[in-house]
Amino acid sequence: MLRIRNLESGYGSLRVLKGISLHVNSGEIVTIIGANGAGKTTLLETIAGVVAASSGEILFDGRDLVTLSPERIVAAGCSLVPEGRQVFAPMTVRENLVLGAYIRSGREGKAAVAEDIDAIHRHFPILKERDGQLAGTLSGGEQQMLAIGRALMARPRLIMLDEPSMGLAPIIVRGIFEIIGRLRAEGNTILLVEQNAMASLGIADRGYVMETGQIVLEGTARELMENHDVQRAYLGKEYRSIGEGRG
Amino acid sequence: MKRFVAIGALAAAVIALHLLFAAAGAEYLLVQLTMAAYYALVVIGLCLLMGYAGQISLGHAAFFALGGYTAAVLSTNSFTQLMGAPALERLVHWGLVTAGTDAYGAAAHQVPVWLSLPLAVAAAAAVALVIGIPVLKLKGHYLAMATLGFGTILYRIFLGTRLFGEADGISSVRPCALLPGLTIGGDTALRTQNYYFAWALVLLAMVLSLNIVSSRAGRALRSIHGSEEAAAAMGVNTARYKLYVFILSAVFAAVGGFFMTHFNGGIGPAEAGIMKSVRYVAIVAVGGMANLWGSLLIGVLLNFLSLRGIFGSYDDAVFGALLVFIMALAPDGILRREFLHRIMRVRIRWPFSK
Repeated sequence: MLRIRNLESGYGSLRVLKGISLHVNSGEIVTIIGANGAGKTTLLETIAGVVAASSGEILFDGRDLVTLSPERIVAAGCSLVPEGRQVFAPMTVRENLVLGAYIRSGREGKAAVAEDIDAIHRHFPILKERDGQLAGTLSGGEQQMLAIGRALMARPRLIMLDEPSMGLAPIIVRGIFEIIGRLRAEGNTILLVEQNAMASLGIADRGYVMETGQIVLEGTARELMENHDVQRAYLGKEYRSIGEGRG
Repeated sequence: MKRFVAIGALAAAVIALHLLFAAAGAEYLLVQLTMAAYYALVVIGLCLLMGYAGQISLGHAAFFALGGYTAAVLSTNSFTQLMGAPALERLVHWGLVTAGTDAYGAAAHQVPVWLSLPLAVAAAAAVALVIGIPVLKLKGHYLAMATLGFGTILYRIFLGTRLFGEADGISSVRPCALLPGLTIGGDTALRTQNYYFAWALVLLAMVLSLNIVSSRAGRALRSIHGSEEAAAAMGVNTARYKLYVFILSAVFAAVGGFFMTHFNGGIGPAEAGIMKSVRYVAIVAVGGMANLWGSLLIGVLLNFLSLRGIFGSYDDAVFGALLVFIMALAPDGILRREFLHRIMRVRIRWPFSK
């Protein structure tokens, strides 16, 4: 569904992505793990068109997204749930959801959008309760649900999630990952960027490890979880032996 | 529904003020209310741009002046001397120029209002387009500085160009007959109809703006204010929306300037000055940024007081002080429950506390 080849991008003269290649098949959850500053967010923003690519190609169902504007990319069926949620705080929960359907609402009208909001409410009953409340007053977990719901309103074929666990309590994170699992069970395709490698490898089919703008490792989620380097760098295992080595 | 009630209330207030002033024998106050209405058009546009889309402009007075100068240039430059008789006759034949007299009674040819108004609008839109494309890529302080620079350029052009009358500006602009029985001009006999015309424009601008704000486009604008990246991720074409609302606000300002110039019978470079732009920004800030009604109310009130000369020579100082006050004490504007509550409590407590 998504195939990226030799993608490079960055900000001004700063090169962040140094030739990324990866692919996501239909119906998969693919996760990208890596430390702070590895370029994970830049990668998603480049796919979404918010950051311009300097070279390489992003094929989405055979169509190159590199030259498309962000709104065309959303219209093509590729939605981003941005890092830190970025719900529109001074607007109500419902307005946030309606905005999610922005590219469709011009064509399909209010009734179709209202129907989809009902569907989102079935997924996230809490959003129904909070319908008229300002999004800025929601808790972090609720805001994350709203951000995911808002992205779903565009009826994407590929959902890109940027650090959905950021700043959330472990029990809330578990809830969010259950939702992600449910979305996949319903046939959605998901590209998941996470620092929480344990949780994301636990749910993903395949994964990539990113370091300083490059993919350094790829494999099935199980392979990565059993990989020695991944265990040491991202899963916090062998912590003691490193400490003992030094002592 | 609430919208229509509010619009109806505004219309009723316009009529009530007229009746009140007429009963008190103070109909001359309608003149300042008419001018305040034209300034309010700038404020409404700026409120959409600043309050809703979150894009500041410190050069909006320039658009008001652009509309005004277009009106002044097209109605005072006689085409009688400008070109040969055959060419002139052809223009008259096509209706692009009409024969008449100038303010001193001499024969002159002028551009009719059905052409000069669209030209003023087109001029403002064109300048906003050309300025907006590069400038709206900037954010925050950088956008403020760039629009400040743009405002300064237009101000100096109006101040230094012969065509625009240099420091004197352009006076003796003729009243313009808009419709049979409706003439935009400063004659005492025309006072009432001008008052209602100006306020009809404000009502129209309010209806349009309120509709925009509560529509799909309005949600898109507010999402840009929240986070441009998140808005783009929703599929909102942020660059285009920012440009559209910039152009729309420029057109509102130009229409205000156009009719104000015919009403006043002239325009000077001060209308394009930086302090005028700062004043509009201050009004929108006091009104509560994303608050069309607040901005309108504060705009009309402050401009009315300023035009009545209440602030004397400290006019600009008052607006400067307002900005400081608002940013420090009530960044969400003064028409907020929290703020009103706070000042009320202070006033009640003051004599009793230490």
